[in-house]
Formats: sequence, C-alpha cells, structure tokens
Amino acid sequence: MDIALVYLLLIGFGVLVYVLLDGFSLGVGILSPLLKNSDNKAIAMKSLSHIWDSNQTWLVFGGVVLFVAFPVVYSFVLSNLYLPIILMLVALIFRGIAFEFRFKSDRSQGFWDLSFAFGSIIATFCQGIILGALVGDMSSTKTLADPVDWLTPFSITTGFALLSGYGLLGACWLVRKTEASLQVVAKKLAQKLLFIMLAFFAVVSIWMLIDQPAVAERWLNFPGSLALLPLPLLSLFFAYRLWFILRERTEPGLKPLAYAMGLFATAFGGLVAGIFPYIIPGRLTIWEAIAPDKTVYFTLVGILIFIPVVIAYNIYAYRTFSGKTSMKDGY
Amino acid sequence: MFDLFATLPDTAMLSRMQFAFTISYHIIFPTITIGLSLYLAFMEGMWLKTKNLAYLQQVKFWMKPFAITFGMGVVSGVVLSYEFGTNFSKFSEIVGPVLSPLLAYEVLTAFFLEAGFLGIMLFGWNRVTPKVHFAATCIVALGTVSSSFWILAANSWMHTPAGYEIVNGQFQVTSWLEVIFNPSFPYRLAHMLLATFLSASLLFAGVNAYYLLKGTHKEFAKIGFSTAMFAILILAPVQILVGDFHGLNVAHHQPVKLAAMEGIWKTEKGAALRLFAIPDQENETNHFELSIPKAASFLITHDVDGEIAGLDQVEEKDRPQVAVVFTAFRIMLGLGGLMLLLGVAGAVARYKKRLFDFKPLLYLSVVMIPAGVIATLAGWYVVEVGRQPWLVQGLVRTADVVSPLPAETVAFTLGLFVIVYTSLFFTYIYFIRKLVLKGPPSLDEVQASLMNPALEDNDDLPATLNPAQVDIGYGQELSEYLQSKDKQGKDKQPQDKGEK
Repeated sequence: MDIALVYLLLIGFGVLVYVLLDGFSLGVGILSPLLKNSDNKAIAMKSLSHIWDSNQTWLVFGGVVLFVAFPVVYSFVLSNLYLPIILMLVALIFRGIAFEFRFKSDRSQGFWDLSFAFGSIIATFCQGIILGALVGDMSSTKTLADPVDWLTPFSITTGFALLSGYGLLGACWLVRKTEASLQVVAKKLAQKLLFIMLAFFAVVSIWMLIDQPAVAERWLNFPGSLALLPLPLLSLFFAYRLWFILRERTEPGLKPLAYAMGLFATAFGGLVAGIFPYIIPGRLTIWEAIAPDKTVYFTLVGILIFIPVVIAYNIYAYRTFSGKTSMKDGY
Repeated sequence: MFDLFATLPDTAMLSRMQFAFTISYHIIFPTITIGLSLYLAFMEGMWLKTKNLAYLQQVKFWMKPFAITFGMGVVSGVVLSYEFGTNFSKFSEIVGPVLSPLLAYEVLTAFFLEAGFLGIMLFGWNRVTPKVHFAATCIVALGTVSSSFWILAANSWMHTPAGYEIVNGQFQVTSWLEVIFNPSFPYRLAHMLLATFLSASLLFAGVNAYYLLKGTHKEFAKIGFSTAMFAILILAPVQILVGDFHGLNVAHHQPVKLAAMEGIWKTEKGAALRLFAIPDQENETNHFELSIPKAASFLITHDVDGEIAGLDQVEEKDRPQVAVVFTAFRIMLGLGGLMLLLGVAGAVARYKKRLFDFKPLLYLSVVMIPAGVIATLAGWYVVEVGRQPWLVQGLVRTADVVSPLPAETVAFTLGLFVIVYTSLFFTYIYFIRKLVLKGPPSLDEVQASLMNPALEDNDDLPATLNPAQVDIGYGQELSEYLQSKDKQGKDKQPQDKGEK
C-alpha cells in the first residue's frame, strides 16, 4: 500500500481519537460553568482526573506523526497558524493544571474551576479556528509561500461549531459518569447541544459546498458521490438514536457517548473525504509532502508495534475506573 | 509603544529566547519526577516486601508532590512538542526526517505509558491489587526514563550529528543506530539521569531534614533522610566522574564549546584553569582572572603542557556567548562540589551516629533543596548556549532556520509565556510548600487507607473489584477485619471531602 496514504490514515486516526477523547474532556470543561454548584463541578472534574492526561497525549501523537510523515506540512501549519496554536497550548496549560490544584486547594477552588472552564473553552475555540482556517483556505488557489488568513467568518463559525460539538461529547460523558440530579442536568444539556451542534454542522457543510468548488465537485457529482452517501446517512441515524436515548428515563450508560462519538466520526470522515488527497487543503497533496523512506518506515515499525499496546492499556485504565465517579478515589 | 517595538530584538533572537525560556521551565519538572518516580517505586516495593507501613507512608506522602510536579511537566512539555514547528519551521522541515522519529518513539514508549498508568498509580489504590498498583508505579518510572532516552538521543544528535546525509538541502538518515547512539549520547544520557537522581535525592533529603530540625514526623523523616543521604554519597562522586568523561567528549567533538567553558581565548600550551573570570567577548579577553597554572591542560589532555585550542580557532561569528557558558559551567561545578561535600558529611555523621541530629548537616540539606535543579539548568545552559550559533553543530545555523514571523508576534507570545509560567511557578511552590507543611499522613491514617474506603459505597464498584466479594490480595483476615470495621464505622463518616 502507498506509504503516504498509510500515514494519512494514521494521522486521521490519531486526530479522530484525540477529538473524540479530549473532545469529551474539554467538553466537560466547557459545560462546567453551567453546573452551578461546587460539588457538581468537583464531580465533573473528578470524572476526568485519571484520564485527561492520556486523552491529551493523542494530540502530541497526532502532531508528532505529522512531523514524521509530512515535515513540510508540520512546519507550514504551525508557523502559519502561530497565534491560535500558541493560545491553544497556553489554554491547555490552564485546563491541565486545574486538575492538579483544584483538589489540593481550600480557598482557591473557585479560581481553579474558572481555570478549567476557560482553559477548555479557549483551547476548543482555537482548535475550531485552526480547523476552519485550514479547510476554509481551500477556496482560492495559493502556494506554500502565501500566508494563511486564519481569522475569518468561516473559521470563527467552525470555532463555535467545535465548542458545541465538544460540549455534546462532554455532556454525554457526564451522563455516563454521574447520577441523580447531575445526570438529569447532563441529559438536558446534551439534548440542547445536539440541536445546536447539528445546526452548526449543517451551516459549515453548506458553507463549504457553496464556497469551495473542489468540495462541491466531490460531494455533488452524481453518481460518483453516491459512494459518500453512507456518511451523512449514518450521521442522521446517530443523531436520531441519540435524541431518543437522551429522552428515556432509564440509565443510558455509555450509549449516548457512543452515538455522539459516531456522529463526530462520520462528520470527520465527511470532512476528510472533501479534502482528500490534499494534506494542506488546496496547496499540497500527501504525495508531494511525504518524508524520505528511511524516516517513515522506521517510525511505522514503532507505531505498528506500540499503538495496539497503547490502546490495550488505555482500555484497561478506563475499565479500572468504570462505573460512576466516586469522590473517594484519591492518593 | 512604537519605541518599544523599535528596540525589539529580531525574530531569531526572540524565538531563541522563547524556546530557551519554555524549555528551561519545563526541564525543572522532569528533573524532579524522573528521580522521584524511582524513589516511589523503591519505597512501594519495600512496602510490598516487608509489609512495613512506614514505607507505604513514604509512598503516600511523596505521591502528592510527585503528581503536581508531573502535571506541571506534562502541560509545559506539550508546548515544546509544537514549538519546533511554530518557531523553527525551516529547521523542522530540513532536520525533521532525522529528529521527528526520535520524538515519535518518545511519544509511543514514554508519554502514552506514563499517562496510561499514572491514573492507576494516583487514583487506583482501591481499584487494583497491590501488585498491579506496584506494577503501575514501576511502569510510570520506566516511562520517565524512556522519555529521557529518546529526547537526549535527539538532543545529542544536534551536538554530534552522525548517520545522516544531506540530499537537496534536507537531512536524510543513512543509519538509525548511528543517529541514536551518536558520539555524545551515552555521556549525556548518563549525566542527565544522574542529575535527576541527585536532584530528587536533594529534595528528599532537604524536606526530611526540615522535619528533623522541626522535630516533627521524626520516624518518617529518618527513613527518607537516611535513604537520600546514602544515595547522594554514591551519586555525587559518580556524577563528577561521568561529567569528566562528558567534558572530554566535548573537548574532542566541540572544541569551541570547550574553549568557552574554560574561558580560553587564544590557543595555548599548558593552559591555566580559570577559577573565576569575567569574559569580555568584544576584546577577546578575561577580566579579574583567578587561575591555577597549567591545570586546565592537565585535566583535559592529561599532560601539564598539553595544547588546548582557544576560541581563536574559529571566526568571531562562530563563537558562542562566552560569559554565559563560562559562568554557567562554574555554577554547575560549584554545586556539584557542594553535593559531594553533603554526601561525605552525611557519611561521617552516620559513622558518628549523629545523622539525624547533626544540625549543620540538616541545615545544609535544607538549603540545598534546589541545588540539583539549578545545577541541571546551568549544565543545560553550558551545552546549549555553548553550541551556538549552530543549531546542529557545524551544519545548521540557528538564525537561518527560524519561522518568518513578525518580531512583535513572538515578543507577544514570549511575554505571555513569561507571565503565565512565572505565576504558575509560584503557585507550584505554594502548593508544594503547603504539602510539606501539612506533613505525611500518620501511620494510623495510612493503615485506614488500606481499609478500602470504597466499602462505604460498594455500589460504586463493579462486582469483580468489590472487596466485599473478592479478596484483592490483603489476605482473608484483612477482608474479615475490613468487614467488622465497616460495621463499626458506618456512623463515623470518613473525613474525605474528595481531596486527592
């Protein structure tokens, strides 16, 4: 198989896993100001304290695999989107450090709640801006020398879209990990966010179809685009199932999170399908950007050996803390 | 405002400053956690072996500072993994094919490992068996060491590049073994690992000396202090020896850096060892020099009249900032000497049976808490500033490979990092101080923590992990005891408010 394609799949996999896992972690942060009382905020945060670090590691993984396989792209994207990336990293610091200090503080808990919330919100918004800047940039033909215009109406829209999407994932995580009144709150939030997110995703999709001929060409070109039809159909199915399960009074367990993740995954697939085979939309394809053979094969060996192991022990770690969050696990 | 911008350093300088600042800040935390994780694994192993609660008490206490320090390391480390691309985009592009796989292996064999098992190590006490918990602690320690292996391989390659060829301006690998085990790597790895062990030992020794001086938690402090003093006694001389080998390696591969470390401007035979001096880059000389004749030649060439190449072996534009390298080197050496002194003093006090009440030793230990971290930072300044103006020794100039960003933008982010990191650092110190002042949990509390608190709400646990139904390794008697205790203690709610 084509090595550039293999790496595109690997990076796609890494980014998707990051978005799904840190998505719900950041989502809990985004929603935490809405949880009002301090005990609820504490439980929400506690439900993540053993896994946020693992989830965030996928971001480092995605970045480093991009660095390995497409060094030109890594350099281009990071230096062109300098400010949103640095701001995202600083926001992630505030998010991460809140976990450490929140439960060791007596008087400053309120501050760490804010640090958690704002860190999550800003990090997510920056990620949305980065996504929007890269995707929205496709509309005109440019070269690698032209700078990326990252603050546009489109990128701001994707920023809000990601906020609502992560928020939905976060709410579904809370449905899984909490009980009683907090779970009811989480369910209600999830229902609202489902609609907001669907609205945003629809706007972004239509915007791309109108604004970007290449995307429209791929999606609206019958009968070729019929092959892509399962993606939006699956999205609708997941959204429909999610809506019903959130309205039931029984304990839904992991199902809402699973459907929300499915919704995200299909949207992500749709996005990638519109861009392929570009790695920097409109500027550079994966085959133009791939690193030398020695580099990519050496790393591929490591990825193929270690990623299954990583997934196995991450599943083990999740299972160790399965069930509702207890404030009693500590050190 | 515009005057301010007019005097701004150029983008290359600002990017260097930002990278130097963010990496200096980051390295503080791994320096502590690598050594500390080994202490935790050792103490937990001793607890499992002897069932002496005093060892578990050590683990329970040190786990808290470990967790905070580790968290600081994680959040400041993520920044670095992106900064190659944000600030040194051309560097990433041309050297990426050599360095990026090393970073990828670091993520695969260290970051994931640490993150995956840290949760179990910190929060899993009542959810896994003691053996699994011990395994998690060991794996986290292994992860930290593995991380240093890869990152130092990458760093060493930038000092002593090997196993590469340059094709169309881009570096490509000819041999991965030569890239990873490049000529300076073994020395640098050994030197850095020893530095982290020493730094953790000094922290250990200092905190316990503080308790001994205050007369609180004495029994607890004795175990830690004794272990740490023993470690320092062994580690300090070994570190000095390894450092010497490392220095000889620098003399061989990076003679300009060595000249800067020794403050030798003109190539000379029988060079003196400058103990103190203020190097003057412009006039190519030292002021207020205090030196031992011929000693530098003897130390480096093992011949009193040996020749040492001075800074004049290269043009002015190829020299590092001598004052920084020279001074940082002396700070590191001075602190190393003090560590040796502390180790020896500890041994003498132990021999005289005064280890726990010889006050000058205890005071010295407290004062030297940050010595390991400061020496490590100083050492890194010697190596990194000493390599300038090169990013890859002799091949890639720093100024040629920075991202073409506006200077104002980098100045803004540098300012942001300085503000955020400084306030976070004081927060970190505040919480560490708070934990130290609070002291270790009492042996009774440690005992009680073995009484699975999850018994209070068994519904929270899946059946297989419910200690009321399965024995999780403490033995049948303990399970029965737990249940009887549970009945008595129902009305006495534990003081647990969800504190970590």
